[in-house]
Amino acid sequence: MSALRRLVLALAAPAAAVGFALVTSSLILLLIGSNPLVAYGDMLEHASKLETLVDILNRATPLYVSGIAVAIAFRMNLFNIGVEGQFLLAFLVAAHAGSLVSLPAALHIAFILVVAMSVGAAYAGAAGVLKVTRGVNEVISTIMLNAIAVSGLVAWLIKEWQAGGSIGTGTTTRVGTAPIDESGLLPDLNGVLELVTRDLRPGKELTGVLVLALVVGVVYHVLVNRTVFGFDLRASGFNPFAARVGGVPPKRMIILAMSISGAVAGLVGMAELMQSGYFPSNPIQGLGYAGIAVALLGRNHPVGIAFGALIFAFLDVSSGVLQFSGAAPREIVVIMQGVIILAAVVAYEMAHRARNREEARSAAAALHEARAEA
Amino acid sequence: MRRVTALPAWLRWPLYAGVGIFVLTLVETLDDTDRLTSASASQSMLRWGVPVLLAGLGGLFAERAGVVNIGLEGMMILGTWFGAWGAVNYGPWVGLLTGIGGGALGGLLHAVATVLFGVDHIISGVAINILAPGITRFLASEIFTGYPGGSITQSPRVPGVGHFTFPVLAGGEVGGWLSPNLLGSLGDRDWFFVSNVANLARGLLTQVSLVTIVALALVPLSTWLLWRTRFGLRLRICGEHPVAGEAQGIDVYRYKITAVTMSGGFAGLAGAFIASPELSGIYLEGQTTGRGFIGLAALIFGNWHPVGVLGGALLFGYPFGLGLRDLGGTASHSLLLVNAVALAAIAAWSLSKGRRTNAAVACVLAVVAAAWYLLSETVPDWWVNILPFAIVLLVLVFFAQRLRMPAADGQRYRRGEH
Repeated sequence: MSALRRLVLALAAPAAAVGFALVTSSLILLLIGSNPLVAYGDMLEHASKLETLVDILNRATPLYVSGIAVAIAFRMNLFNIGVEGQFLLAFLVAAHAGSLVSLPAALHIAFILVVAMSVGAAYAGAAGVLKVTRGVNEVISTIMLNAIAVSGLVAWLIKEWQAGGSIGTGTTTRVGTAPIDESGLLPDLNGVLELVTRDLRPGKELTGVLVLALVVGVVYHVLVNRTVFGFDLRASGFNPFAARVGGVPPKRMIILAMSISGAVAGLVGMAELMQSGYFPSNPIQGLGYAGIAVALLGRNHPVGIAFGALIFAFLDVSSGVLQFSGAAPREIVVIMQGVIILAAVVAYEMAHRARNREEARSAAAALHEARAEA
Repeated sequence: MRRVTALPAWLRWPLYAGVGIFVLTLVETLDDTDRLTSASASQSMLRWGVPVLLAGLGGLFAERAGVVNIGLEGMMILGTWFGAWGAVNYGPWVGLLTGIGGGALGGLLHAVATVLFGVDHIISGVAINILAPGITRFLASEIFTGYPGGSITQSPRVPGVGHFTFPVLAGGEVGGWLSPNLLGSLGDRDWFFVSNVANLARGLLTQVSLVTIVALALVPLSTWLLWRTRFGLRLRICGEHPVAGEAQGIDVYRYKITAVTMSGGFAGLAGAFIASPELSGIYLEGQTTGRGFIGLAALIFGNWHPVGVLGGALLFGYPFGLGLRDLGGTASHSLLLVNAVALAAIAAWSLSKGRRTNAAVACVLAVVAAAWYLLSETVPDWWVNILPFAIVLLVLVFFAQRLRMPAADGQRYRRGEH
């Protein structure tokens, strides 16, 4: 099969999923008496503004990191369903640890990131250890560890580390952990943005964690596709028995894959932490689950996941404009996200089958030709 | 180790319960409290256990047919909305049916994706868990906002079905006749252990919701359906060895789809129960709080068997019910001692089986629980929230060898591939 055909088949599936989601949500909107075209028009028009683009990028950044975290485990056929708990715990501990120390800027930031990654790695690694030593399925253990982290550890630690206070000049009250010194926060990218476009409206900032997310994406690509570890990882995911025969230690690979996945998950909360400087008492939730969706949508490919994150972020941000313009109920975007993800996994499966059929056909044709020649 | 005699199942579970109550009684005496074995403790245990039981039974049907259903949570969420909607408009019984219907729709979606399209079970389940809250939020914004007292995140008050108190045993009134309350008077006697059992039993028989009775009846009914009927045998073949089923001429797809749709129906009923006055009396966004996952935990705890699922559901419902009436955290604090005793028992059991590492781990955990108990006066409220999940992790760590899931559970099956 030609490379072009392969690419078309690969792109056809997500396109079909998005198309299906558009049709479904249009039907729903028509049913309740809204005009879908007006709604989509509002969404797109809004998204073409610079400020909205910044919002989308800010939202896509943690989604992307979360997607990469899920994808690393996926490449080895491991499901890390627990990114949600891993990232919240890492976010909280890193926020607290970061507020306790004062270091020069680069060191301070590095310290916070290392703490976050270590916590995430340890928590996800625990699921890996359970799988290796006790044969506990990682889906089950990450679900359970997730619940323990979210409704147990985080709920407890946030009470322990709660420090009241106010932000900046004191107009807004802050409820959460003590603030991190300015030296521990990644600077925003407004300066870079202003070089290429124009000044942002005051109060808007493009998160500096975006750069970190891009680095994570590149490292992921290199690690998985260009290193021996990545080869072992993919081999173990593809055929664990063959990989074992080939000298890949399966137990170590499982623990490593889960830990690395958790380390990346630990970075998910950084977008919010680097912006606000503390862990709020009601932190953003659902990024872990959305990460699973984004990784599925992007087929575990670093660029695909970026597209998935941008689509989900676009829809999230669009819910605000819909509420403002009144063209459609804002909740429609959540349905679109759900339909996209469900349609995408079905479409990928169908594309996969189509590819298999095609390969079988072309192999049969080649065989037939070879016989005719003989 | 030689096994002397294996107890039959109908004797084993009451025995476990008896031992459990005995430990609770001991701890109660030590701690000078009467909260652990009060009638209200068992009453709220049952109330909180029912959704977990129903979700677990839902998971049971799906997994016995070979389809892992982590979409239970999403189907439960659908059940809360549809249950509340039906109950508000057409009365409580219809509400239960619409709840079942809503959940079953989610189940059907999962079935079509996993069985017909061969999507990975976990992936489809995750997708449904993402989709379901979106659907309910949309529906609530469209429909509940139009009702008096309703909004995007909540419904008006939801009416409930009636209650039933078992006469003679637990008192109550039957047509103006004031029935005696045998268990109640026994419970007041303060006889060691006997009164405690009587109190707990009275809690289970007083003011029982009719839905609870239905849910409990579903336990023997599921056992009968899965192990005593042709339908059940075929359904289980699909989960153990679908290719063998195919060779027998069974339409594996149909059985799997039926099972997963039923699974969704169970989860939907669980959701309707949560929205009913039994627990909330209102639809509230996010009110399932992961109980679909706890149902999954109960399924594993119960070793893929209805009676075991019931055991797990009650075990998980107990700390929730206790914690709810226990704002100071003193009763839950007593539970720590129970945990320590249970862990010590696990340690002894592991040692008797020659599993030294397990015994050491259990021992350390027991000491931690005991130390925590001794060094503190109360426990924070989050402790009871994580207890079910912690218990399941411990069960998986210590008893994984005794668990046996259906052989082809979670595997993709395509007709005619073998």
